[in-house]
Amino acid sequence: MSATAESVQERRAALKGLGTSRKRVEDARFTQGKGNYVDDIKLPDMLFGDFVRSQHAHARVKSIDTSAAMELPGVIAVLTAKDLEPLNLHWMPTLAGDKQMVLADGKVLFQGQEIAFVIAEDRYIAADAVDLVKVEFEELPVLVDPFKAELPDAPILREDIADEKEGAHGARRHPNHIFTWEQGDKAATESVLSEADVVAEEMVYYHRTHPCPMETCGSVASMDKVNGKLTLWGTFQAPHVVRTVASLLSGIAEHNIRVVSPDIGGGFGNKVGVYPGYVCSIVASIVTGKPVKWVEDRMENLSATAFARDYWMQGKIAATKDGKITGLWCHTTADHGAFDACADPTKYPAGFMSICTGSYDIPTAYLAVDGIYTNKAPGGVAYRCSFRVTEAAYFIERMIEVLAIKLNMDAAELRAKNFIRKDQFPYQSALGWEYDSGDYHTAWEKALESVGYSKLREEQAQRVEDFKAGKTRKLMGIGLCHFTEIVGAGPVKNCDILGMGMFDSCEIRIHPTGSALARLGTISQGQGHATTFAQILATEIGISADDITIEEGDTDTAPYGLGTYGSRSTPVAGAATAMAGRKIRAKAQMIAAYLLEVHDNDIEWEVDRFVVKGAPEKFKTMKEIAYASYNQAIPGVEPGLEAVSYYDPPNMTYPFGAYVCVMDVDVDTGVSDIRQFYALDDCGTRINPMIIEGQVHGGLTEALAIALGQEIAYDELGNIKTGTLMDFFIPTSWETPNYETDFTETPSPHHPIGAKGVGESPNVGGVPAFSNAINDAFRAFGLTHTHMPHDHWRIWKTANELGLHADS
Amino acid sequence: MSKQKINLNVNGQSVTAEAEPRELLIHVLREQLEITGPHIGCETTHCGACTVEMDGMSVKSCTIFAVQAQGKEITTIEGLGDPDKLHVLQEKFKEHHGLQCGFCTPGMITRAHRLLEENPNPTEEDVRFGIAGNLCRCTGYQNIVKSVMAAAEEINNPESAT
Ligand code: FES
Ligand code: FES
Repeated sequence: MSATAESVQERRAALKGLGTSRKRVEDARFTQGKGNYVDDIKLPDMLFGDFVRSQHAHARVKSIDTSAAMELPGVIAVLTAKDLEPLNLHWMPTLAGDKQMVLADGKVLFQGQEIAFVIAEDRYIAADAVDLVKVEFEELPVLVDPFKAELPDAPILREDIADEKEGAHGARRHPNHIFTWEQGDKAATESVLSEADVVAEEMVYYHRTHPCPMETCGSVASMDKVNGKLTLWGTFQAPHVVRTVASLLSGIAEHNIRVVSPDIGGGFGNKVGVYPGYVCSIVASIVTGKPVKWVEDRMENLSATAFARDYWMQGKIAATKDGKITGLWCHTTADHGAFDACADPTKYPAGFMSICTGSYDIPTAYLAVDGIYTNKAPGGVAYRCSFRVTEAAYFIERMIEVLAIKLNMDAAELRAKNFIRKDQFPYQSALGWEYDSGDYHTAWEKALESVGYSKLREEQAQRVEDFKAGKTRKLMGIGLCHFTEIVGAGPVKNCDILGMGMFDSCEIRIHPTGSALARLGTISQGQGHATTFAQILATEIGISADDITIEEGDTDTAPYGLGTYGSRSTPVAGAATAMAGRKIRAKAQMIAAYLLEVHDNDIEWEVDRFVVKGAPEKFKTMKEIAYASYNQAIPGVEPGLEAVSYYDPPNMTYPFGAYVCVMDVDVDTGVSDIRQFYALDDCGTRINPMIIEGQVHGGLTEALAIALGQEIAYDELGNIKTGTLMDFFIPTSWETPNYETDFTETPSPHHPIGAKGVGESPNVGGVPAFSNAINDAFRAFGLTHTHMPHDHWRIWKTANELGLHADS
Repeated sequence: MSKQKINLNVNGQSVTAEAEPRELLIHVLREQLEITGPHIGCETTHCGACTVEMDGMSVKSCTIFAVQAQGKEITTIEGLGDPDKLHVLQEKFKEHHGLQCGFCTPGMITRAHRLLEENPNPTEEDVRFGIAGNLCRCTGYQNIVKSVMAAAEEINNPESAT
C-alpha cells in the first residue's frame, strides 16, 4: 500500500497545484526585456497624441487658438471640446455615476485638466505643438478645502449640475456637495455615546495620495474603417468594462470593439478608471483613420489620473470603564476633487467604508459620509485596496489606540478584549456585513508571541526613562494593527459597476493530448495570474499546471468579467476557475465510467484520474479521458472537453491579519528607523506561498510610503506640489526594511477552494501599523494622534510641539 | 529640427540611428532601434526603468541625448543572456521571485549587472545602496536584494550554487 500512497503524493506534487511555491511562468519574458506593454506597441503609420493641460485650478476658458500648432509640420489635428461635442464625447460618464469632461468644456476645474488633444507624427512634434496652443483663461476663485465648500462665499465648481438637487446617490444639499451616505443606527449610536463610561474622540485624516504604478496609463487605438472594427490596447484593469463603456460612448457595436490589456506595469487601482486620454485616442483614430498612441508622462499621471483616499474621518468611540467597546460613530468628509470618479460598486458611494467596525464586536455603530467637490484632480480610486477598506481600517485602528490612551490600557489587550470571537462567525456587523470566517485571537496571540511583545514594552518603558534622563535622543514606537478586509466584490445582488454585476468568469478547453487553455475575465498587473490560476485548475482537473496556459485581457477571446482590483481575482475569478474545473471533471467522470465499463458512481477521483472503487488498478487518467473525449464516440455524451463558469459569489471574503511594527524615532531629526516589521496574514487557503509573500512585501512597502511620506499636496491656489518623483515619495531599496511574514489559515466557508485574496491586505494593515508606531513613540509624552504622512519634518514638528527639544 | 546621424554599438552590434540633438537615448532605443526592454517610468531620472550600460557605466537613458551616445557601446537587458542561456541574474530573479509586474525589471537587472561587475562580493547593504536609483512599486525590494545576492554567490562559487 505504501507504494501507492507514495505515488499518489508524487503525482500530486507533479501537478504543482494548490499550496505549491511554483515559479512564475511570466518571468521568462520579463527578465529578458520581452514583456509587451502598451508603450511597446508599434503599428504602421501610428500617430501620437498629447494633451494641452490647464495651469489653473479653476478658470473659465475664454478661447483656444490652435492655429500656430496646426501650422507646425507633422501636426495632423488638434481636438477640443467643440470637436467632440457633435459626437457627444466632450463629457463621459464616470464609474461613480457622475460625469467628467473629456476636454475642457467652457471651464477648467483642476490643475492639469485636459483642454486640447494634439495629434502628430511623433511624440516630439506633439509636445512642441502642445506649447503652441494658446488658451485664454479667466481665473476664478479656487476651492481646495472641502470644509469650506458649503460656505456662503464658496465658488460653485460644477455649474453643469449646480441646480440638480438629486445626484447619483441621493439628495444634494449644495452645488458643491455630491452625496450623503449613511449606514447603521444613528439614534441608537448617539444614545450609547451619551450614556457611555468613556468616549474617545479624534479627527483622523487619511491624506490624498496616488497609486503611481511604475508604468503610467496609456492606450493605442486603431480604427479599421474597412472592417468597421476598433481595436483598443490600453492599461486597463477592467478591459471588458472598458469595451462596454467604449461601445456606449462611441455608438460602435460592442462586437466591433476589441479591447486588449497587454502586459501591465502595475496598477494598484490607477488603471481601473476610464480617462480622457483613452477617449481621445479613440476619437483621434476615428478622425485620422490611423492608429493613435497616447501615453501620459509621470507628471500627468500624478496630477491628473486617479488619486486615492483624501478622507477626513471624525470619530467617536464609546466603551465601558474596563474597555469593552459599546459604540462607534464616524462622520467622513470625502474630498473627491472636481468629478466623482471613484470606482466603487454603484450602491456604495463610499465603497466599503462601512467595514470600519474592523475586527471588533461593536454592537452599535453609525457612519455618514459626505462627498464634496473641490478644485483638485478627480478620482478616489482604491489604491491597493478594496474600495475604501484602507480608510476604514486606518480609522478604526487609530481610534482603538486613541481609546487605549483614554482608558490608560495596553492597546494589544484592548484589541483582544473586543475581537469578534471565533464562535461568533458568521458574524453580523452593526453596519450590515456578514463576516464569513475568522480566528482573530489565535492570530493575535501568535503575532504578539512572535515579536516578544511584553519584552518590547519593557524596552520601550526603559527607553522613555533613558530619554528623560538625557541618555538617548531616540524614542521607540510599537505599532500594532489587527485588520479585517472585505474583498472579492461581489455578489451581483448588491455589487455592480454602471449596472454590470460583479461576477467573474473562466472558460476552459482541454486539448486532445491532455493539456489545457483557460481564459478569465480578469487581468494580471504583476500578481502572477498565469501562474496561480493554473495551480487552482491543476488541483481541480489533475493536469499539471505546466500544461495549462492562462489567458486574460483580450475581450475577443476572454469571457466577460469585471477585471482585477479590490483583491477580487482570486475570490471571484479564482472561484469561477474552480467551478469550471469541476464541470470538466463531471463530464470526465461520465467518460471515464464509459471507458471503464462501470457506473458513474462506481468510480472516484484521485489526484489526476478516476479510479474504480475497490479496484485501484483500474483507472483512467485525465489525459486519457481528454483524448477519448475527442476521439471516441460515447453514447449520450457530446464530443470535446470544455466548460465555462460565470461565478456570482454568495458573499464577500474577509481576509485578516495581525501586524507589528517596531520603530526608533530620532526626536531631533525626525528620522524614523524601522527596526522590525512582522506581518501575519490569514488569506484562507494559500494557493502559492511564494507569490503571497511577494504580495505582502510589496503591499507593505506601499503602506510604508503612504504612512511615512507619500502625498498629493496642493497649495491654496490649487497648484499641485508633488507632481514628480522628486517630491512624491516612493521608497527605494535603501529605506525599505526586510519584513518577517507569517500566516494562519482560516479558509472561507463559501469559496469553492476556501481562498480569500491577499494582494491588498498588507497595504490595508500596513498603514495603521506604521502610523501607530510613530504615534506610539510619543504616547508617553502626551500625544494622542498626529496626522500622516509622518515624514521627518512632521515628526520633528510633533516632537517640537510636545516640548521635547531643548529650545522648544 | 534637423537630424544627425549617430553610429553606436548596441548589444555587440554596430547600428546607425538618426536623431535630433534633443532626442533622448531611451526614445531612440525604443522607437528606432526597437529595443523595448528598457522602459520609461518618469523621463526625469528618478525611476531607473530606462537604465542601460554605456561604456561600462550604468546610465539612465532618459537623461542622455542620443547624440551623446555617438561611438559608445551600449548594453541593454536584451544583451544580457539569451533564451537558451539566461544570465545568472535573470535566473536568480526568476528563482527568488525578484519581480512582479516586470516593468522595473530590465532596468533593475541591468543596474545589478554593473553593480556586480564593480563589486563582485557585495554585502546586503552594498546591494541596497547600489540599486537605490531603481524604483520598484511591486516587490518591496526584499526579493530583488535576495536575487542579486544569490547571483553574486553563484558567480563567486559556481559549485555551491543554491
Ligand atoms: S525613465 Fe529614466 S529614470 Fe525614469
Ligand atoms: S516588478 Fe513592478 S515595478 Fe518592479
